[in-house]
Amino acid sequence: MKIILKNARVINPIQKLDSKLDLLIEDGVIQKIGEISEKVVKDSQIFDFENKICVPGLFDMHVHLREPGREDEETIDTGSNSAAAGGFTGVACMPNTSPDIDSAEIVKFIKEKSKKNLVDVFPVAAATLNRKGEALSPIAELYEAGAIAFSDDGSVIKNAGILRRVLEYSKMFDVPVIEHCEDETLSDGAMNEGLVSTILGMPSIPNVAEDLIVARDILMAEFTDARIHIAHISTKGAVELIRQAKKRGVKVTAEVTPHHFTLTDDSLKLFDTNYKMSPPLRTTSDIQAILEGLKDGTIDCIASDHAPHAIEEKEMEFVFAPNGIVGLETTLGISISELVHKKILTLNQLIEKLSINPRKILNLPIPEIKEGSEVNLTIIDTDLIWTVDVTKLKSKSKNSPFDKRLLTGKSISVINKRQMYFEDNYIRI
Amino acid sequence: MSLSSRHLLGLYGVPKEDIQLILDTATTFREVLERPIKKVPTLQGKTIVNLFYESSTRTRISFELAQKRLSADTINFSTSTSSTKKGETFKDTVRNIEAMKVDMIVVRHQSAGVPTYLTKISKANIINAGDGLHEHPTQGLLDIYSIKEKLGKLDGLKVCIVGDVSHSRVALSNIFGLKTMGAKVSVCGPSTMIPFGIESLGVKVYNKINQAIAEHDVLNVLRIQLERNAGERIPSLREYHNYFGITTERIEKNNRDVLILHPGPINRGVELSSEVADGPYQVILDQVTNGVAIRMAVLYLLGTMH
Ligand SMILES: [Zn+2]
Repeated sequence: MKIILKNARVINPIQKLDSKLDLLIEDGVIQKIGEISEKVVKDSQIFDFENKICVPGLFDMHVHLREPGREDEETIDTGSNSAAAGGFTGVACMPNTSPDIDSAEIVKFIKEKSKKNLVDVFPVAAATLNRKGEALSPIAELYEAGAIAFSDDGSVIKNAGILRRVLEYSKMFDVPVIEHCEDETLSDGAMNEGLVSTILGMPSIPNVAEDLIVARDILMAEFTDARIHIAHISTKGAVELIRQAKKRGVKVTAEVTPHHFTLTDDSLKLFDTNYKMSPPLRTTSDIQAILEGLKDGTIDCIASDHAPHAIEEKEMEFVFAPNGIVGLETTLGISISELVHKKILTLNQLIEKLSINPRKILNLPIPEIKEGSEVNLTIIDTDLIWTVDVTKLKSKSKNSPFDKRLLTGKSISVINKRQMYFEDNYIRI
Repeated sequence: MSLSSRHLLGLYGVPKEDIQLILDTATTFREVLERPIKKVPTLQGKTIVNLFYESSTRTRISFELAQKRLSADTINFSTSTSSTKKGETFKDTVRNIEAMKVDMIVVRHQSAGVPTYLTKISKANIINAGDGLHEHPTQGLLDIYSIKEKLGKLDGLKVCIVGDVSHSRVALSNIFGLKTMGAKVSVCGPSTMIPFGIESLGVKVYNKINQAIAEHDVLNVLRIQLERNAGERIPSLREYHNYFGITTERIEKNNRDVLILHPGPINRGVELSSEVADGPYQVILDQVTNGVAIRMAVLYLLGTMH
């Protein structure tokens, strides 16, 4: 089948490409770029993307798909639908499933199950067996089966000695170790430690719980000369530690979630469990530092930390409720609203953080927009104003603090693996 | 005259007029409690559930007695298991209770914020009887009432809350309520027991008990949670008593006019010496009586709101 994408502003930072072009796509491959007349190309379906932008497919490097184990909360299929609706053509899924992704069988199971879907799913495998932090997982075997990074996400690798071996071992494959940075002896709480936790009398987690582990991990990466990726950073201290480490040439990269650059612990005053996450929402000064870090490149990418939870689990007494929120379908809208429209990042920088950098970190090929390339694109309307409605999410779970929030900017369509997601439908192309 | 909210979730942000109204109403009920027949028909026909997820005999009895004095129908629901351990969720339990047509829910829970959550899932008036380490507003009110009763005023009074402030809902309710009523509030305790940023609430921090006694009109002495603290926030109960315990000797040396409050139950020989606990400076049992009057006032004001 032939399709023509007309009049979109095509941007790809790695190709230094930014111009209004038409794309002719045939059997999933870009055949022609430039001005294309539908009169010349017969039997083609036309999509007019006037005033929209067309970029290399977005990639979310931190999602929890819950399969296997908690298919009531999300599955590989529903998570992929959520990703497609949110503008992503690829995701990396975290290993804290049940069982954990710590065997080649489970890596293969996920690869196999996601094969037919538009969205590419790349498993991040457990760094240690059962994510217990005691013994190395079969890293080589997992890598060979298709794991693209290693992490005990949900938990930190507590023991520096084990972390050392994980870093050394993964270095053989040049893959990053992704760390959930939190010193567990300091993180026995339900929210950020600050004035708000004092007023609410809530058990709290100080910034230093994160800073300590970020500092330790940077030192360990420096010591082993291996790659460390800091997941969902939330503190100004972590931003500064990473900035300094990068200056020294340490192989450290970092991501931030939309909620950590938009919401503060002030939102917890209503005790809504949709504001409960790990790491917790911090303060305005942390957000300021994170925005600076996004601007100067200290923070490489934006990831959702999409964490679906069943209603009955979130509708619980605050301290007992699980951490995390769904994010695949709000990440792009929040990022455009809060970063591009507020002039923190340029559109090019945002695309780097949502498409280029995560793939670079994970050693994945970056989609090119040129004749002969396989198509992997996201079409975005940066000016579309819409309201988040959790009841309409494609994700199986509805736990979002952004319900009813007005956003500017949304994905209109994604194209990958000879499928196009447009107006709530998958079209074979 | 009526309150500005149909729930009592805490004293944070409660306007002065509301606190004053509760104190005044409590004075009326305090008189009722002195009568031979201590009962008024004010809440006849109203159904109140005491939903206690954390055992607290004292607070529950005080509420129950207040409800009986007001002629309300009372149901007690007590459990120590949280919804994480049971099959039924907290929400289901509340929905079930709600279906029995209750007018008010008095709730005690180990998790901060549960009363606030209840207002979203129930139509009843909600009264917080202590949620986690957040607030215990009726305790705050009865403390404020007792101070006013003994010293005749609140405005400009210097009140110090002594002990494990970071593990105390009583401390927070006192701080919020007393400040609204014009008192100057400070805290005194080991640094490990003083919560983050308390100074930015306008609360002065003391680490020396003698100085705290000397510089205040009232000491509200908190109970040290034995199970929670020894070894973690303080080296030992003995060391706590030696450095922060209130003794007759310390009072007489520093300030013979000081008034001692304690929310009970007392750990004798830890936060208070036995001599102080039974001595002339304290009003601990008056607090208990005032507690019933305050709870009657709150139940009455919320229960008769339209
Ligand atoms: Zn994590």
